[in-house]
Amino acid sequence: MSQTGPLMGFVHRRRRGAELFLLVLALAVGIGAYAAVGLGVEGAVPADMVGYGGWLTGLIIAAHITVRVVAPYADPVLLPLVAALNGLGLAVIHRLDLTYEAMGQDQHTFARQQLIWMTLGVVLFVTTLLLLRDHRVLQRLTYTAGLAGILLLVLPFLPVIGRNINGARIWINLAGFSFQPGEVAKVLLVIAFSGYLVLHRDALALAGRRVVFIDLPRGRDLGPILAMFGVSMMILVLQNDLGSSLLFFGLFLAMLYVATERPGWLVVGGLMFGAGALAAYTFVGNVQNRFNFWLHPLDYYDASPGSYQLVEALFGQGWGGLIGRGLGNGFPERVPFAYSDFIISTIGEELGLTAVMAIIVCYGLIVERALRIALISRDGFGKLMAVGLGSIVALQVFVVIGGVTGLIPLTGLTTPFLSYGGSSLVANWVIIALLLRISDQARRPAPRLEPADDTSDDSESTQVVKLR
Amino acid sequence: MNKPIRVVSVFCLLLFLALLVNATYLMYVRADGLSDDPRNRRIITATFSRERGAILVGKEAIARSVPSNDKYKFQRTYSEPFKYAPITGYFSWFSQTGVERSQNSVLAGDDSRLFVTRLVDLLSNSDPKGGNVQLTIDRAAQDAAWNGLEALPGDAQGAVVALEPTTGRVLAMASTPTFDPNGFASHDFSAVDALGKKLNADEREPLINRAIGTTLPPGSTFKLVTAAAAIESGNYDADSMVPGGYRFQLPQSETTIGNYDDGNCGGRRITLTQALQVSCNVTFLTLANELGNDAMAEQAEKFGFNDTSLEDLGGQAKSLYPRDMDAPQTAMSGIGQSSVTATPLQMAMVAAAIANDGDVMRPYVVDEVRAPNLSVLDRTDPQSISKAISSTTADELTKMLVATVADGTAAPAQIPGVEVAGKTGTAQSSGDRPPYAWFVSFAPANDPQVAVAVLVQSSDTSPDEIGGGVLGGPIAKSIMEAVIAP
Repeated sequence: MSQTGPLMGFVHRRRRGAELFLLVLALAVGIGAYAAVGLGVEGAVPADMVGYGGWLTGLIIAAHITVRVVAPYADPVLLPLVAALNGLGLAVIHRLDLTYEAMGQDQHTFARQQLIWMTLGVVLFVTTLLLLRDHRVLQRLTYTAGLAGILLLVLPFLPVIGRNINGARIWINLAGFSFQPGEVAKVLLVIAFSGYLVLHRDALALAGRRVVFIDLPRGRDLGPILAMFGVSMMILVLQNDLGSSLLFFGLFLAMLYVATERPGWLVVGGLMFGAGALAAYTFVGNVQNRFNFWLHPLDYYDASPGSYQLVEALFGQGWGGLIGRGLGNGFPERVPFAYSDFIISTIGEELGLTAVMAIIVCYGLIVERALRIALISRDGFGKLMAVGLGSIVALQVFVVIGGVTGLIPLTGLTTPFLSYGGSSLVANWVIIALLLRISDQARRPAPRLEPADDTSDDSESTQVVKLR
Repeated sequence: MNKPIRVVSVFCLLLFLALLVNATYLMYVRADGLSDDPRNRRIITATFSRERGAILVGKEAIARSVPSNDKYKFQRTYSEPFKYAPITGYFSWFSQTGVERSQNSVLAGDDSRLFVTRLVDLLSNSDPKGGNVQLTIDRAAQDAAWNGLEALPGDAQGAVVALEPTTGRVLAMASTPTFDPNGFASHDFSAVDALGKKLNADEREPLINRAIGTTLPPGSTFKLVTAAAAIESGNYDADSMVPGGYRFQLPQSETTIGNYDDGNCGGRRITLTQALQVSCNVTFLTLANELGNDAMAEQAEKFGFNDTSLEDLGGQAKSLYPRDMDAPQTAMSGIGQSSVTATPLQMAMVAAAIANDGDVMRPYVVDEVRAPNLSVLDRTDPQSISKAISSTTADELTKMLVATVADGTAAPAQIPGVEVAGKTGTAQSSGDRPPYAWFVSFAPANDPQVAVAVLVQSSDTSPDEIGGGVLGGPIAKSIMEAVIAP
């Protein structure tokens, strides 16, 4: 890596002022949506407007100050995007809470819990940035993280703490708190993959034979991909969780491809997943159902198990149209789990296509920033981590929004930052913290080279590097 | 590693583009189709909560929405529920019937003709309102029809249709027993559900609009069609001599059929007018047998049999004249028996066609569709659907029918100072249903303003009373008087 080109003379600006400005806009979205919910449902601005707005502002400002102090060169767009999505999600969940309360349901404090989870998420965000001053430290934890990730994935199978909720065994229950360990596992697995791949990429990349334009890998190098394939299939078959399975395997494939620069891996991995999915389709009734519901949702409306949830979501979004019915004027409560997996249908119904497109673009920007960070990162480990974290967001958003809007078969995954769900929210805040840390490293000006001693002759071979 | 990162970026871009395109497809292109799905409760609830347009008779609303204090904001009310139930139908959260259903898009405000109104509502941020529907119903005629049916003895079931012969406008349409649509419009959905179940289980079938939904053998009133077919064949006119006598032997059969009063209709050879006057079975059995299935079916279809004609009100049953009847059945069809069935609307159309020089006009109940601001959006134009008989045939038949009222079986429909044309119908019914009677008429004969068909089913009345037009005649008379009198 020679550092002589004109490009390398370019120094990134900190842009913290821009971030602050964007954060104000993001807060306007979040707090404005909260006020709109009050106006739409109850006809008045919510009584706790100041307290709620203050709390949200406090959290965001705390995150901003932390970034300003410990990661001054970090990407200025990520935090505002996340703040806007999280704020909007809170308002929409609050809107559903009001209806659930009016309907006399026991559970109608999702927004309050989500705000607590968001607080915890921001605390972890701040902690991560404070404690982790250089992401490369994580490379030491490659195998620890990998082991921990696998353990977390297995946890839901343990007899006492494992919980089967809505047909998917992906929950554990500790001291009254439900938690999806898979959400944390995905962050740990990104760290593990990055550490592993950055060490073994040469072996994986160089050996192999060429078959019609594509370099296929050697059989003996198939170990890791087979292992990951096994894990994905285990999640699919044993936990009945198509979405997570696709997420983990897709994530691994993307990172493998970036590390080795060989499309052959994509071909091998894609074929394997296709075969696995076909086998699952043939032998697992649930997968077959999901597929049928996707192709002909309206035919299974009254069936059991049926596509009632999806069809109601489609009805709602269709009814929302271009600009939506307005917060409080729709019937999103007709869709089961409108506050978690189906929050996009709630937004589509009440805020319309406009809001849904804005949200998709926000996610697109998050992914774009993550991949940009990967491009400019100076170390392979950082590049791979940024690609991995970005891919998580991209895949998760595609799978869940695609499912809810009928583009692909429906699979249970949360919409990052929008959906109700503590594990997911906390894990996603940590993902953003890690991305900011990597981007801070990447955008920081290159170390200045200074001769240690003007009179010394061996300055050619020894340099003192001073970090600014 | 930057090259694959760029590839991954492009791939992610494609994923997000797919999401954007699909969201647009779902919420813009596919939205209309999803809205039309009958299972889409959002649309139903939204429609239910809107200020629905009124259904008007004359200047008065017989169905309108008034503000209510619950979450649905408006309550549908029917001011004269029983009298107009067969026409308005009901509007409940679950479904609609009658005009409430056929004009649902206008009443709910979704109709494309209301586009400008909707746009104004959107811009002025006011709640959308439905348009109004003006019915063709004549209030006086409807009152007469309803009062007549109400006055029937006992458990009588009946239906009345009155048409304006020259246009096909439905002037009156009533059916008993009927139901209270206010019960269906209730916001207490479990009560609505229970009411629906109860009425559906009621063996008197109060939910059926008998005027258009019940088909029964038309009996002697069908002799109008037989006579029309005979005159159209060119071999007969009002004064032609036709066979009378005591009995007619069915072809290919030992069975003989006599006249209603076991009489001989006044001789072995009588005029066609006299045959109609005394409702001579032998004559019309002979004529139908002579004309044959094809000619009879053709004439019946020209009057509207084997088809439906009413387009703006649901629930019309098809009146039938089968084209595959054998000779004895065809002969029987000449007196409106065997497999011939008709709705009161169909028989009114036969009378109206005779009154209108042979032109069958399409019946309609919706006169005008108006925007919430009362500007007229659309007006139904009278439409001729067929030429059933020539105007000379119509004149001949009118002469015969006038004679039938003036000096025959249809005497109860006489109106002093007005020439009335009419015909009774009797039906020997099978044991499992009550005997029933028909009455069709129109008046004034020289300038017809109204054609009426009355159907009465009753187990409380002796066949004699039914046969003589005792039950149907006065109802028809009062309706005709209501229309003719200024």
